[in-house]
Amino acid sequence: MNVPGRLKRAPENFLDPREIAEVQAGRRDFLRGAFAAALAAPLAARAQPAVEGQGDPAILELPEHTKGLGQPVVARPYGQPSQYERNVQRRESPGLTRVGQSSVSFAPLQGLFGIITPNGLHFERHHQGWWDIDPSRHRLMVMGLVKEAKVYTMDDLMRLPAVSRMHFIECGANTGMEWGNVAVPTVQYTHGMLSCCEFTGVKLSTLLDDGGFDKLKGKFVLAEGADGSSMTRTIAMERALDDVMVAWAMNGEMLRPENGYPLRLVAPGLQGVSWVKWLRRIEVGDQPWATKDEAIHYIDLMPDGTHRQYSSIQECKSVITSPSGGQHLLDKGYYNVTGLAWSGRGKIKRVDVSVDGGRNWRTARLESPLQAKCLARFNIDWVWDGSPAVLQSRAMDETGYVQPKINQLRAVRGKRSIYHNNAIQSWKVADSGEVTNVQVY
Amino acid sequence: MSRFTSLAVLLACIPALAAAGNFPGVGRSATPAEIKAWDIDVRPDFKGLPPGSGSVTQGQNIWDAKCASCHGTFGESNEVFTPLVGGTTAEDIETGRVKSLKAGDVARTTLMKVATVSTLWDYIHRAMPWNAPKSLSVDDVYAVVAYLLNLGDILPADFVLSDKNIAEAQQRMPNRNGMTRNHGLWDIKGTPDVKNPACMKDCLVEVGVSSELPEYAQGAHGNLADQQRAVATPRKVAAAPADGGVTTLVKKYACQSCHAVDRKLVGPAFKDVAAKYKGDAQAEAKLLEKLKKGGGGNWGVVPMPPNPDIPENDARILVEWVLSRGL
Repeated sequence: MNVPGRLKRAPENFLDPREIAEVQAGRRDFLRGAFAAALAAPLAARAQPAVEGQGDPAILELPEHTKGLGQPVVARPYGQPSQYERNVQRRESPGLTRVGQSSVSFAPLQGLFGIITPNGLHFERHHQGWWDIDPSRHRLMVMGLVKEAKVYTMDDLMRLPAVSRMHFIECGANTGMEWGNVAVPTVQYTHGMLSCCEFTGVKLSTLLDDGGFDKLKGKFVLAEGADGSSMTRTIAMERALDDVMVAWAMNGEMLRPENGYPLRLVAPGLQGVSWVKWLRRIEVGDQPWATKDEAIHYIDLMPDGTHRQYSSIQECKSVITSPSGGQHLLDKGYYNVTGLAWSGRGKIKRVDVSVDGGRNWRTARLESPLQAKCLARFNIDWVWDGSPAVLQSRAMDETGYVQPKINQLRAVRGKRSIYHNNAIQSWKVADSGEVTNVQVY
Repeated sequence: MSRFTSLAVLLACIPALAAAGNFPGVGRSATPAEIKAWDIDVRPDFKGLPPGSGSVTQGQNIWDAKCASCHGTFGESNEVFTPLVGGTTAEDIETGRVKSLKAGDVARTTLMKVATVSTLWDYIHRAMPWNAPKSLSVDDVYAVVAYLLNLGDILPADFVLSDKNIAEAQQRMPNRNGMTRNHGLWDIKGTPDVKNPACMKDCLVEVGVSSELPEYAQGAHGNLADQQRAVATPRKVAAAPADGGVTTLVKKYACQSCHAVDRKLVGPAFKDVAAKYKGDAQAEAKLLEKLKKGGGGNWGVVPMPPNPDIPENDARILVEWVLSRGL
């Protein structure tokens, strides 16, 4: 039982049910044979005998890559993930939407490490389809309550003083399917409308100053996209002058088309819909605009029948990404419980983890550096004794706010609000090792 | 001038440039025509609304031609997008609060939610029709908004909506008093509406699970084992292969992304397919066709994608194997 993690690295998907039962009963001596078979014939029935009694064939029988000549440089001018990483993909949730151009794909949080989301796995949310816009024809206009309405080319913008900041982006509807009850099986679908990048761009305040915005009357900013929906959202001037950016880069390269190439708004701490992609226009005004995505959608229905309008801040939240729903603990023993925490109001201060459904908590290790409105990775040791468990994480941010339980949220907001569900997530580990999505009070 | 002095002069110039607070040579003034072309937003106080008009009758013609295919003849359709019309009453128009929103799980239409008629005008103008946004004229937009509001019994059938009377329409919006900004999610220093004490030991919690994934939803997201990294992830175990090369093919062509043998995932269970075609002499030919060209309508909303690249021999092995799952 105290052989830490040994089985996690085994090709356990090639064990048959009888062998799993043996592993769980504590027998492992036959595993050498399983290793050999799996390596010799990864997908078909195992036929090749083990090198009896001498050790692991992965060590004893030198593989092709150790005995042959490998690939040259620039075989792939733009690198690709290993062929063995094909399971780590963006995915849609079937039935959630009916048109691919107005839909969402979820980031595979269960397969990611650290806090940065690889650009090809960043979640997508489009309102009228995505475009790959020629940057030489893209323009940004800053107008409204300004001394001088101005037009910038991408060349102009990229000459301006740039900043690089790491921030999370979370859709306001992330975890929205779970307001009423458990609805989806894995962390990809419960929390995958979440990503985190290092963004590079110019501060919006720099552009507002450049146009000479009206500091007295200018209380709001409208951001507008260049796509068919010309998505618009109202941003508070206080946010605009604080840390909002007009960004062209993510994680060291230009934005991906699905994420707004060549220009998007980065609105730290605010829900993803405010991060307008393919940004073409900024208008300074003295009233909010009540645009479609702040008057018909992204409004939160309360039990008394009113809707909360202009709800924007993503409050403190966390989730365990492994072990998580859809995974399967094959053996008792040591596991590194790991996950993500974030807050739209600042830095993460602490994350506690429970393995008994919330009765007792231990404080997890936070991996540095901790940054404002950015994901934080937490880790904590756990030795599974084989009995049923419920894993939870609970984050606290620098304001002292503690991530709530689902019943605490429902007591105030009911079950129908769709948006801004930041409840504690529970994963049940059955005695079989199967991990499933559950809700507990 | 010594080299030292010239450097000092140069350095002295830099703060002077920066102090000007702008960036010479970067950006230019927007022309009035450019601003007009892009400044299309319409606010709740109707700032930005261009003059024009359109009747309910004109709106109906445009609707039937350009809107009904997605939204339904009466704006009621739930096929492509959520319904626009329905769920509002004459009383709601009087009070400005949609009463049914207070009830339990009601489906919410656009007219039940939206408080501001400007939102409809702005969005239809900027983003509709779905596949040809910004192709409607200003008068077209007035007409479509008029028709939409008429479908909701908010405007009479002989109404002509214009910039002059749109404020009257606003006064009849069924949910015009239904929005609140009394919450902590706008201001970054806003007050949260829940408070969870960070209890660490022997905390009071209700024992037991209150919700689990319902039976009908368990297969909806495909094979979850295939959505985990193949190593170093606590990972579900595949059944032992016992059938020659077929499982290799099933895996190679990713059949199990959508299918399982004994339960419905996105696509039907193989045993259900086998049962359906039991005794059908044409079964193999029909399934070969479906495998290669794709199909839909038999098992649910998600169609089977075409697989033109599967070699004939592999396709036959797969089809025979699927048809034998019912035995």
